[in-house]
Amino acid sequence: MAERERNLSPPYGGIFVARAQVLSTDDVQRATKRMAHEILERNGSVADLIVIGLQTGGLALAESLADTIAEIESVRPPTGTLDVAFYRDDIGIRPVLPEAPTQIPVDLTGKIVILTDDVLYTGRTIRAALDALHDFGRPSEVQLAVIIDRGHRELPIRPDYVGKNLPTRRDEVIDVSPDGVAIGEMR
Amino acid sequence: MGATHLLTIDDLSAADIDELMRLTDSFVEVSERRIPKVPALRGRTVAFLFYEDSTRTRLSFETAAKRLSADTMNFSVGSSSVSKGESLRDTVQTIQAMGVDGIVLRHKSAGAPKLITQWTDGSVINAGDGWHAHPTQALLDTYTLRQQRGSLTGMRIAIVGDIKHSRVARSNAAAFTKMGAKVTFVAPKTLLPSSLEPWDVTVAHSIDDVIDEVDVLYMLRMQMERQERSPVPSLREYTRQFGLTAQRFQRLNDDVLVMHPGPMNRGVEIAADVPDSVNGLVTDQVRNGVAVRMAVLFKLFSTTSDPSFSKPTIAAPAGA
Repeated sequence: MAERERNLSPPYGGIFVARAQVLSTDDVQRATKRMAHEILERNGSVADLIVIGLQTGGLALAESLADTIAEIESVRPPTGTLDVAFYRDDIGIRPVLPEAPTQIPVDLTGKIVILTDDVLYTGRTIRAALDALHDFGRPSEVQLAVIIDRGHRELPIRPDYVGKNLPTRRDEVIDVSPDGVAIGEMR
Repeated sequence: MGATHLLTIDDLSAADIDELMRLTDSFVEVSERRIPKVPALRGRTVAFLFYEDSTRTRLSFETAAKRLSADTMNFSVGSSSVSKGESLRDTVQTIQAMGVDGIVLRHKSAGAPKLITQWTDGSVINAGDGWHAHPTQALLDTYTLRQQRGSLTGMRIAIVGDIKHSRVARSNAAAFTKMGAKVTFVAPKTLLPSSLEPWDVTVAHSIDDVIDEVDVLYMLRMQMERQERSPVPSLREYTRQFGLTAQRFQRLNDDVLVMHPGPMNRGVEIAADVPDSVNGLVTDQVRNGVAVRMAVLFKLFSTTSDPSFSKPTIAAPAGA
């Protein structure tokens, strides 16, 4: 659930009513730690890494991944934020507004970009993010880390690092907050 | 913006302006990129219909549209069927028939943008109509001041010069007061509108009366081309009473901001080197102009026609 949807009325948002807790704060921390190790294992070093969080759900994961990598390797990879509003494919269909200006502190050419988001669903946000990233240079690789993969992909996109795979129905809503991950419905 | 047009500042609430300012923040960031272009309005077409000469406003709008990946059509009066006597209505209907999503209109007659809304299905953006309004100029000036000071609340702003013939003065006074600033019109009686009732402003008749107690001096251009009869005895006399001369500039507090909508008559309303000083914001105004117009175009064209979408009504508690 995007931050924006919390503040909108149906059908674009509403009040989230939780049915069950999926992950606790500690569970999310453990999953983050595991993903940080996987990132280092796959890429060998911190040297060319940059962790970029998608507005707004991916920001917390980007920062905690960078912190955890710093604890392991004592080098913190740079972090950035990316707002994909201007790259979305539903402009004019749904109310689309950016949350905050994008902040990418370095040229991405030759970098390994770890893109982070809270929930991977249709894959459309990631499609937009891939387009947006290429306006900041030509990364050598883009990898995707998410806390929850809830399925229902509409595009050929898959995550590289997953906190938890969670089979869902389309009408269910996943809420990721500092209190952990919950599943429920919008009322 | 509830409406699909931007005709005057009155179309916008303070909350709408705030939202446009936040949107502009994002477009300022886009403009600073190596590739300052986003695909947001791909496939949409904007027509520029300029019945009055305006290089900077047209270029600014055109740059904004192109950075949003919109297609642009230019319809300039000198080289078109308008010089062959075509009416505004026929011109608009012709453009409409070609399929456009929006028309940016500059016209010498006040109210022309509102008039054409009935002949087009697209959004109409007023790029200046007669003495009436120039909303995007007011938005870019509001943005520039907000960028400098964070907020306009309580800011004291003097708008100096030919208020009567100035759509910039009218729109800016409306926007500045809406955002909480206190506005003073500084002009000779002959250059003030006959009624000041629409605006919540005070009036002064000499720049020296206000110069020590303002945060912003907004200098208007002396519009030689709009003056049927000379309202001031001479330009030198005007400069002595109302110009921001080098001597007056010396007297200014260091933190007073100086703005001008351009094009400037250096040496008439503003001393030659003032705009280039640290107090001068003229280049910021031009730079922000593109980002603000991107925000306006994006907001108008991306607004969904779905009536079930409404503004925030309930804020849900985070989490479970």
